[in-house]
Amino acid sequence: MSNTDVSKLNPPAAKQKVNIANLLIEGRAFAALLVIVIFFSLMSPNYLTISNLLIMSSHVAIYGILAIGMLLVILTGGIDLSVGSVLGLAGIIAGFLMQGVTFNSMGIILYPPVWAVVVMTLAFGAFLGSITGVLVAYMRVPAFVATLGILYVARGIALLITNGLTYNNLGGNATYGNTGFDWLGFNRLFGIPVSVVVLAVLAAIFGIVLARSAFGRWIYATGGNQRAAELSGVPVPFVHVCVYALSGMLSSVAGLVLSSQLTSAGPTAGFTYEMIAIAAVVIGGASLNGGRGNVRGTMLGAFVIGFLSDGLVIIGVSAYWQTVFTGAVIVLAVLLNSLQYGGKRL
Amino acid sequence: MTVDTSIFPAPDANAVEAVLSARNVAKIFGSIQALKGVNFDVHRGQVTTLFGENGAGKSTLMKILSGVYKPTSGQIILDGAPIEFDSSTEARDHGISIIHQELSLAPNMTVRDNIFMGREIRTMKGVDFAEEERQCRLLLAELEENIDPRVKVEDLRLGQQQIVEIARALSVNSRILIMDEPTSALSASEVDVLFKVIRDLKSRGVSIVYISHHLEEALQITDHAVVLRDGNMTAYAPRKDIDLEWIVRHMVGEHFNLGSPPRGYEFGEVVLEVDGLTVSDKTGNQKLVDELSLDVRAGEIVCIYGLMGAGRTELLECLAGRLPARQGKVRLNGRDITRTSIAERIASGLVLVPEDRQRDGLVQTMTIGQNLSLANLRRLVRGLFTSTRLEREHIDNAIRRTTVKAGSPDHLIGSLSGGNQQKVVIGKMWSTNPNAILLDEPSRGIDIGAKAEVFRLLAEGAREGLAVLYTTSEVGECLSVAHRIIVMHKGKISAEFGSDVTKARIMAASGEAVVH
Repeated sequence: MSNTDVSKLNPPAAKQKVNIANLLIEGRAFAALLVIVIFFSLMSPNYLTISNLLIMSSHVAIYGILAIGMLLVILTGGIDLSVGSVLGLAGIIAGFLMQGVTFNSMGIILYPPVWAVVVMTLAFGAFLGSITGVLVAYMRVPAFVATLGILYVARGIALLITNGLTYNNLGGNATYGNTGFDWLGFNRLFGIPVSVVVLAVLAAIFGIVLARSAFGRWIYATGGNQRAAELSGVPVPFVHVCVYALSGMLSSVAGLVLSSQLTSAGPTAGFTYEMIAIAAVVIGGASLNGGRGNVRGTMLGAFVIGFLSDGLVIIGVSAYWQTVFTGAVIVLAVLLNSLQYGGKRL
Repeated sequence: MTVDTSIFPAPDANAVEAVLSARNVAKIFGSIQALKGVNFDVHRGQVTTLFGENGAGKSTLMKILSGVYKPTSGQIILDGAPIEFDSSTEARDHGISIIHQELSLAPNMTVRDNIFMGREIRTMKGVDFAEEERQCRLLLAELEENIDPRVKVEDLRLGQQQIVEIARALSVNSRILIMDEPTSALSASEVDVLFKVIRDLKSRGVSIVYISHHLEEALQITDHAVVLRDGNMTAYAPRKDIDLEWIVRHMVGEHFNLGSPPRGYEFGEVVLEVDGLTVSDKTGNQKLVDELSLDVRAGEIVCIYGLMGAGRTELLECLAGRLPARQGKVRLNGRDITRTSIAERIASGLVLVPEDRQRDGLVQTMTIGQNLSLANLRRLVRGLFTSTRLEREHIDNAIRRTTVKAGSPDHLIGSLSGGNQQKVVIGKMWSTNPNAILLDEPSRGIDIGAKAEVFRLLAEGAREGLAVLYTTSEVGECLSVAHRIIVMHKGKISAEFGSDVTKARIMAASGEAVVH
C-alpha cells in the first residue's frame, strides 16, 4: 500500500497537526523495528550482517505468510486460531505424499511429483479453511469457536496420520522423479532465500488485492460494517468463506516452507504460531474489530517479532525471557492501537 | 413526600407547584441544536405530558432532566434550588427516575435481579434473595400484575416487561417519574392498569412526566400539556383548556417548506409491485407486515406514514431482501424478485436507503469516496482491479448529484454532518442507477435545511422516472413531495390519500388521534 492510504485513514484534523507523537503512533511498527535493529547491532557485532539478516528473514517468512492470511480474516472482523495447526497438518500431508501413496488393490506405490504435492497440499489447506468459512458465514458459528475446533481437529489428524512420529526423508528420490522439495527452504534466488522471495511475492499480491480490487474493498467493508456492506450488495458470506479459505491456503504455504527448511515434517510443527500471527497483525496496526489494517503494517509486525526473538537468542537471553518480552511488545502494540482508534467510533 | 420549599427563594409563582423545572435549557449535538432554550415545569403530584413530533427534542429534554445528558446551557431547578446532575445515578438519588422508550432490562436475568440490579440487598452471607423476592411481589401486586419474580425477563411478554421496568422505577421510591412512550408495547387492558397505577402514584404525591405519540391516550391521563417543536416550547396549557385539535395545531405548526410533488409529466409503468406481502418476527408468531399490497409507478413518489411499530421498516427491509417474506410476492418491472438476494435486487434496480445510517448505511472505517462507491464496485472493475479513474469519476458524479458538502472525498465519513452523511448513503444507492428507490425515514436526525434538500433530490429523481417509496413518522413530511400517502397501522394499510389530504386525517388513520 502506498503512503496516501495512511492519510486516507485519518480525518483532516489529524493531518493538519502532524506532530512527533502522532508520527510515532502512525509509524510505530517501523519505529519499533528500527529500535530493535539498532539495539541488537550495538549489543552484538553479528546482528547487523547480511548473512544474519537473511537467516532472520527466512524465519520471519513463516510468520509473515501466516500473518497475511490472519490479516485477511481480522480485517473482516473475525479471527483464525487454526493457522498453526493447519501449518502442521499441511507439512504432514506433504510428507505423507512424498513417501509415496500405496494402492494395495493394484499393488503399486505412486510417487507424485513435487509440484503435484504442493498443489494438493495447498488445495487441502484451502479446503480446510473453507469449512471454517462456511461455519462462520452460513451456520453463524462465532469465528473464535469455529477456528478453535479446526485447531484441534487438524492437530489431531496430523497426530493420527503420523502416529505421533516425524517424516524425516522429504528429500525425495531421483529414481522416482520426486526430488526438489528442499528447494523452498534451502535455495536462494539472487542470493535471497526462496522463502523470503515467496513472502515478498505474497505480500505484494495481497497488498494490491486489498488496496485495489473490488474483493479487497469488500473485505474492508465487511469488517467495517457488515450490515451496511450487505445492504450495499456486498456478498458478505462469500467474502467470509474466501478469507478463511485463503488463510488456510497461506497456512499450507507456510507449512510447506517450514517442512522444506527442516526437510522433515512433525505433527507438532507450528504449535502456537497462530498467536504469533495475531501479534504480527496487531503490532502492524490492524484493529481486531475489523476494517482497519494493511499488509505493509502486518509485514512490519512480523519483522518486529522475528527480529526481536532472534536478537534475544543472539545476545544470549534465556528463552523464558523471550516469551516475556514478546508478550510485553504485544500488549504495548494493542495499547497504542487503542490510543490511535480510541477517539474514533469503531 | 413533602419538601419544605420555604427556605429557598422561589424563582417565580409557578415554583410553588413545580417540583422540577428546566429554565432556558439548550442542548447542542455537534452541528445540530436539539433544544433551543426550553422552559419546562414538572407539576408536583400531577401528570405533565410532553407532546411533539419525532426530533422535536422530547427525549433530549427528558434525558437532561434525568441526568443522562448535561445541558449545553440553562438551568435545572429541583425544589426551587438550582442543581446539576453528573449522572443518572445521581438524579436517581434525588428521586428522579426515567423509564426509557427502549427497554433497559437484562433479558437473561430474572425479574427480581432486574429490579434490584445495582442495588442488591447485601448481607454478610451474600445477597438476600428472599427479601428481594418479597419486595418484588409487593411491588408487582401493587401493579396488579401476576408475574413471578423468579421468571426470566426474556420469557415475559413485551407488555409485562414494560411493567417490570415501571416496577423497577417505583422500587427506588421515585418522587419524579419520567415515562417515555410507556404504552407503545402495551395492550389496551395493560394500558388501563398502567393508568390506574399512575393515578395511584399521583395520590401518593409522585410527579409524573409522560410522553406519548398516542395523543388521545395521553389526554385521558394528563393534567398539563406542554408542546415542543423543533427544539422550542411552543405551547403550554392545563388540561381543562385543551383538546386534541389544540395539540395537533401546536405540534405540527407551520412547517418549513419541504417542497411539493413534482408535476407536469405522466407516470410510467408500474415499477414496484407488492402483492399480499407478509413478514413475521423472529419467532414467527407475530405478523409485522400483514398481507400488504401496493404498487409504485415510474416517476411516482409514495410516502408511507405510520407510528413506531407499524411495520414500515420491516416492509422496506423485506422489499430490499434483508428480511424473508413469509407470504406474498414482490415484482420489479413485472419480474418476480421475491426470492432473490440483496445484491441481485440492487443489480436489477431496487435499492434501499436504510433507516439507521450509522448501523446500516455507512462503513465508519472508510472514506467518503469509498462509501460512495461501495454499492457499485462491480461496475468499476477493469481487468482484475477497480479502475482508480472510473472510481474517481463515479465519486465526483455522486457528490455533485447529491450535493454532498465535503472537503475531500478522501476524508473519513465521520467528518461529515448528519445531513451530508445521509446524502452519501442516498448517493451510494442512487449511483447504481436504480428503477426504484426505497428510503426508510430519510429525514431522521438531520436538520431542516438538509431535509429540504433530501426531498428535492427525491423530486428530481422522480422527474427522471425513478419510482420512489419513502417512510416517515413526521406528518409534515408526508405533505411534501409525495404524490400519494399510505398510512400503515399494525402491519396493514389503514388509509390511502392523495397529496391534498390534511395532517389531521393522516394522524387519525395512523391510530394516533381521532379528530372529527
